[in-house]
Amino acid sequence: MEEKFDVIIVGAGLAGSAAAYKLAKEGLEVVLVERGPYPGSKNLSGGVLYGRVLEKLIPEYWKEAPVERYITNQIISFMSENASFNIDFRSQVFNEQPYNAFSVLRGKFDRWLGEQAEQAGAMLVPGIKVDRVIVENGRAVGIAAGDEEMGADVIILADGANSFLAQQLGLRGRFNPAHLAVGVKELIGLPRETIEERFRLSGNEGVAYGLVGFATRGVAGGGFLYTNQESISIGLVMHLDELIETGLRPAEVIEDFLAHPSIAPLIRGGKLLEYGAHLVPEGGLAMMPRLYMDGLLVVGDAAGLSVNNGFVVRGMDLAIGSGIAAAEAVLEAKKKNDFSVQTLGVYQRLMAESFVLKDMQTYAGAPDFMKNERLYKVYPEFLASLMTAIYQHEGVPKQHLLPMVMQSLKNSHLSLLALAQDGLKGVRSL
Amino acid sequence: MNRMSLPEKLAVNKYELDEGHPHIEVKAEICNAICKTKACLFVCPVGVYSEQEGKVVADWAGCVECGTCKAACPTEALVWEYPRGGFGIIYRYG
Repeated sequence: MEEKFDVIIVGAGLAGSAAAYKLAKEGLEVVLVERGPYPGSKNLSGGVLYGRVLEKLIPEYWKEAPVERYITNQIISFMSENASFNIDFRSQVFNEQPYNAFSVLRGKFDRWLGEQAEQAGAMLVPGIKVDRVIVENGRAVGIAAGDEEMGADVIILADGANSFLAQQLGLRGRFNPAHLAVGVKELIGLPRETIEERFRLSGNEGVAYGLVGFATRGVAGGGFLYTNQESISIGLVMHLDELIETGLRPAEVIEDFLAHPSIAPLIRGGKLLEYGAHLVPEGGLAMMPRLYMDGLLVVGDAAGLSVNNGFVVRGMDLAIGSGIAAAEAVLEAKKKNDFSVQTLGVYQRLMAESFVLKDMQTYAGAPDFMKNERLYKVYPEFLASLMTAIYQHEGVPKQHLLPMVMQSLKNSHLSLLALAQDGLKGVRSL
Repeated sequence: MNRMSLPEKLAVNKYELDEGHPHIEVKAEICNAICKTKACLFVCPVGVYSEQEGKVVADWAGCVECGTCKAACPTEALVWEYPRGGFGIIYRYG
């Protein structure tokens, strides 16, 4: 190989650019390769950015970064076909710096973070698809793209949810559809004032919805809605195994979701700006590949890092955390001039000690819990039935709350035993 | 919102089309002989796949490169890779 660098990072998403930024700051020669024409051009998120981890890397990043709105209002909505029951939480605590969470548009945000890495000294090479990792005697020594080859002491795979490179290297096997979800998203443009009035927001405040039930037609997963400055990100995440079983078409399910009486008024008058889709690694620890080999580390979506506990959907913060941990491991290896698993393996330990793997552990039971079909099919119907009974007055004598609850349980074919089981399991896994 | 068809929605997106270089190939001999689910026909969020004269074909230009079809395909009938560098979907917002 003609050229050799300290580090080559494959993929300029949040994990890759975070690692590149930190390593370049420390003076290493870093090449950041991106297959799209610019960082973020292939990226799409169905979550919000819980950005506290980024603040450690770039203090007060929100002052410069193209963030959309800081999230002050979190809503969980249980949807049946013609009703919705919302838990609506607003707090001024979320109005304070350093902000807890932002809505972001990855085509803009990732581009900005890539530029920060570049300004820190990393060499950003866009428009190049890496075909394979070059391995010699069991050790990753470089990358090949078309006829070109490039060498490095360490390769960091940040090539996203599909990570074909991790699969080529045998770090992961063939995907199990039960570990994946399909995200479909529409970006709908609306004037800033309309968004602020419609969602009761002031200034750059924002709202994040998680929607359970009819949103996905009972398929495990959920809907989401985030307000941006002048647009709304809205879409669905549906578990792939159940999508295959049911034969549902994501493009049709999202159409019905957008037409739901609780959703349609929120996007009324809007103009479609973009339609996209992305795979989501939802399998938790069960799908995590081997995170390192001689001369190579795996970060971000490629490492299967995500947490979905029903309340929050996280991936971007874990990606950034893994990028930082990978950079620390590389710095350690550079100091010892040893890039074998003996030293690079410190990455696993750093991850295990950080919030990234700790949270994956804490929510290890969440993927299984989230597969419970009662969550999507029964509970939304139960809530709709109960609330209707509470509010509907038909000129006949009302019952007390308890008999109404029992009747609604019966209407929804929900046994007290199942309710207790789900409650206990939920408390344990979430 | 006025309801739009899927092709109308995709027409809003930005693509850099790599003409003459399809990044998806359906191996008909495997697909037809082995696959019973033909999951690609419905799981693809942008409707890339359709059945024509008994064969699954891929209209790859509208692909947003999510990889759902490949992950859902129970056989090895789909030869699916990312488009060449710089080509394919270009999210302006993401």
